[in-house]
Amino acid sequence: MTPLLSVRGLTQRYGTGCSACLELTGSRRETNRCPRCGAIVACRQVSFDLFPGEVLGIVGESGSGKSTVVRLLHFDEEPWAGEYRLAAASAADAGGGNLFALSPFARRRIRNEHMGIVYQHPRLGLRMKVSAGGNIAERLLMAGWRHVGRIRERASALLQQTEVPLSRMDEPPRNFSGGMQQRVQIAKALSTRPAVLLLDEVTTGLDVSVQAKVLDLIRSLQRELGIAMLVVSHDLGVIRLLTTRTIVMRYGEIIEEGLSDQILEDPQQPYTQLLVNSVL
Amino acid sequence: MNPDPLLHVEDLAKRFVCHMQDGKVILGFEGVSFRVREGAALALTGPSGAGKSSVLKCIYRSYLPVQGRIRYRPLEGGEIDLARASETEVLRIRRAEIGYVTQFLSVLPRVPAVDVVAEPLITAGAPPAEARRRARAMLERIGIEPTLWEAFPATFSGGEKQRVNFARAVIRPPRLLLLDEPTASLDRRAMAVVIEVLAEMKARGTTMIAVFHEDSLLDSLMDERYRLPSKEAPP
Repeated sequence: MTPLLSVRGLTQRYGTGCSACLELTGSRRETNRCPRCGAIVACRQVSFDLFPGEVLGIVGESGSGKSTVVRLLHFDEEPWAGEYRLAAASAADAGGGNLFALSPFARRRIRNEHMGIVYQHPRLGLRMKVSAGGNIAERLLMAGWRHVGRIRERASALLQQTEVPLSRMDEPPRNFSGGMQQRVQIAKALSTRPAVLLLDEVTTGLDVSVQAKVLDLIRSLQRELGIAMLVVSHDLGVIRLLTTRTIVMRYGEIIEEGLSDQILEDPQQPYTQLLVNSVL
Repeated sequence: MNPDPLLHVEDLAKRFVCHMQDGKVILGFEGVSFRVREGAALALTGPSGAGKSSVLKCIYRSYLPVQGRIRYRPLEGGEIDLARASETEVLRIRRAEIGYVTQFLSVLPRVPAVDVVAEPLITAGAPPAEARRRARAMLERIGIEPTLWEAFPATFSGGEKQRVNFARAVIRPPRLLLLDEPTASLDRRAMAVVIEVLAEMKARGTTMIAVFHEDSLLDSLMDERYRLPSKEAPP
């Protein structure tokens, strides 16, 4: 099977850096801060594949680099090193090459056409003062939709699908509860029928009952649409519910990967065992 | 029929290293070797704690064995070592060919019983309405009250949960079925139905590996037994 998304050697460093950064950081050194120059190696040598229709989890504590990986894959920042391929995009746009080597314009186009993202904080993914429908319309416009009637039709269908009352379509998300803001973000992310959906801690900070509803919604949308997802979370409950394969990150590095049930039932690494045994 | 076994377990061992307890090593089992012919039913026996469930979990890859091979012959031909195959390969074989029933409910929260049972059919491409119809028929057959079909199994009794689990695992008969005490908390009547369903599946060619209590009715279904080697006393 050909992977839908493929990442090799993804590395990100914040700060000026020195020649010893990679040598002096990572899970073996138990730090991601270079002791010589103070630079942060947020993620290092991260390689994985995401297959069509698959839900892959990335789990780790704060500072493990999991959100950095998502931001890099969404072109929110420039990587220090690494290769990135997207099957949907390679034929037309990248000629099978490294997406990180493309111009910002080409990358933005790939992002608008093939990727959706849902952030932990709705304010990162939504314009809080623009109506819920307007938020979705904006994304559709960026992806080249031009017909106002059709845009509105698509926006209302999506809000219905994500259980946002249509009566509130013209209200701005800042008036909404946290759970409803997340549902608008999900609707917006799905609007262009992306090949890949990136979910970064989407239920963190929500009430437990609201978390359950958002997770159930993601699960049912995944089953309905068969969309491939990358689910980043520190919460093993989320991993258990949504994913089939899981990557465990620590100090910017992948320390373990396996079938999600195996990671949860038979974790190998000390850190993963700690994580699994720490579930309340 | 292919003379090679469907599954050939060779010198399999599982040990757990507990890093939170100073790297203490717990032996699951070791030196486990057996073969299962296609269409046969094998019972794993041995005293409690011998590692019978762990063997099943290794075959399903919920546990990672530390040694040995699990040679499986997929429908598409060739051979795959389930102990070492990539996760993606294991997932593909699991979805298409291997079922696993535990004594514990492992189903999803907040999903009605009928959908829990229908899901494997829907995943395999059946139209949802048809999948639900078959799920209801299966729930009826194994004696789950119709009033519970739309309820969440998390609220069910132990015996009911177990039957929902069972229904989910057999609604789409797998090629290889792993059974871990599937009748542990069932009454005689419910057990009889489970046995009947399993006998039908066996007649249609499903291969089975089962762990159950010695005196279980399941015994009647089994063709062969494999007794796990006793564990050496730790030094």
